[in-house]
Amino acid sequence: MTRENPVWTFIKYLSLAIAAFGILFPPYVIVANAFKTPEEFTNKSTMSLPDSFLNFDNFGDAFVQADMTKAFGNTLIILGVTLVLNVLLGSAFCYAVSRFKFKLQGPLVGLFLFATIIPQITTQVVNYKTIQSLDLTNHLMGPTLLYVGADILQIYIYLQFIRNIPYDLDEAAMMEGASLFKIFYSIILPLLGPATATVVILKTISIYNDMYTPYLYLSKPDKVVVSTALMRFFGVNSGDWQMISSAILIIMIPTAVMYLFLQKYIFAGVTSGAVK
Amino acid sequence: MLSRLPFGTQKKIIIISFVALPLLLLLTFSYYPALELIRLSFTNWDGMSQDKDWIGLQNYREVFSNSEIFGVFKHNIAYFVVGIVQNIAAIYFAIILNGKLKGKYFFRLLLFLPYILNGVAVAYAFGYVFDTTNGSLNLLLGSVGLGSETSWLGTEKFVNYTLASIGFWRFMGFNMVIYLAALQSIPGDLYEAASIDGASKWQQFRFITVPNIYKIIELNLFLTVTGALEVFDLPFVLTLGGPAGSSETFVMKILETAFQFNNYGLASAMSVVLLIFVVIVLSIQRFFLSRKGD
Repeated sequence: MTRENPVWTFIKYLSLAIAAFGILFPPYVIVANAFKTPEEFTNKSTMSLPDSFLNFDNFGDAFVQADMTKAFGNTLIILGVTLVLNVLLGSAFCYAVSRFKFKLQGPLVGLFLFATIIPQITTQVVNYKTIQSLDLTNHLMGPTLLYVGADILQIYIYLQFIRNIPYDLDEAAMMEGASLFKIFYSIILPLLGPATATVVILKTISIYNDMYTPYLYLSKPDKVVVSTALMRFFGVNSGDWQMISSAILIIMIPTAVMYLFLQKYIFAGVTSGAVK
Repeated sequence: MLSRLPFGTQKKIIIISFVALPLLLLLTFSYYPALELIRLSFTNWDGMSQDKDWIGLQNYREVFSNSEIFGVFKHNIAYFVVGIVQNIAAIYFAIILNGKLKGKYFFRLLLFLPYILNGVAVAYAFGYVFDTTNGSLNLLLGSVGLGSETSWLGTEKFVNYTLASIGFWRFMGFNMVIYLAALQSIPGDLYEAASIDGASKWQQFRFITVPNIYKIIELNLFLTVTGALEVFDLPFVLTLGGPAGSSETFVMKILETAFQFNNYGLASAMSVVLLIFVVIVLSIQRFFLSRKGD
């Protein structure tokens, strides 16, 4: 093996250092200011560290003022219902269309795959009217219905995955006298576990981080989710950066922690989701 | 109970019950709105009244002739330009992190981190960084002797580039992870064979790496183009389209036209135009991908 050119090694580490600086700079500013007292905030430089990282006053105030209990609660409800429905409907659909032969099977799958070409952001003008006519604006189930109905990522992922589960398993179970429904929920669904993990991770990221849908469909104060709670809080506390910083951190931390623990699955999920 | 039924009957029950609901949702929230958009785009509907008068192509004429509508697409150019640079950076870092390097897992973890964070929180964090008087960027630039009074989000000339740079921060790592997965699927012996034959690093990059990740480069570029066309949340959260409308994007215009001015007909026509653009971009992508796949 030839040794690597030292100039190249230097450039590599230099560019990584610059990238790391660029990535950590905004979060650093937020962390540094979220812990500052109002006096510190006025007297010290924005870039300086706080006297104590144990000053949680701003977090407490921001949590109450931004109505975070409600925001996290609402986000969790939307997330929970969406994930359960996505997993059940998505896996069941893929079981039906990939295990049996029937008329219109090809066109049916094609219809689903072709729908990915329609960008959801363009159809909101009509979807808003649909949700309104179902009386689901300012109702948590409005966005939930859209997350369940308008996104078909889960179908893509399950379709790819279910093909690799050998049909012999189904046949063996049929010999044993299991019903098709039983085969689905006690054999296929558990074996789809890794695909389910991918669906859950990708959907959690996109729903937790979505602002567009809740902003449009949930405008009442008691229907806030994390994104809209932060927007409302910013509007009230404009310029009060140490308060805003702590609110930003409260919102950022849940997915950051999830990322640290599930990084392996997240990398795998993001890759398979993008290269569909 | 179900197991007593013949498999043929079971099969019918399963197919109908497992397909019906997803199909109904798909038709309601994907196909119906797409078709309804097209129909509404030829009317002057205000979103509430019973009558939707057919006004032909008038909305489309308005979209293309009114520079306040179609002209906002030039704001999206910044996102496209920055998106290209973002992809180049992503390929560069993917290649570095795919080689031998101390701490490469740490750097991959770090570079991807922004993608996972809440978009609104990221937007406000950058709002603080870019703030003219309290902002840490101006403070940082001032301390090294560069100007410290720049209004990053308040200057018409580059507000879109400022906003697009936040997009760069958020999505570069995402692109990189996809490139990295593609690089890892290239068999290592290709490089070994090439270096035995005396190929330089550049030649290896040019003739092994690029052809092998070509599809993924295309995929990422098209994600960049459609992403640039559909920009909404960053300008909406940080500038509300200002100063003087210079950071408004097409999607913001659509929502404003529909929900503030109640001009659903015009908003539908704008949505159809955006839909067609995205479909064209995606069709070009699929065409190239399927040709390369042969």
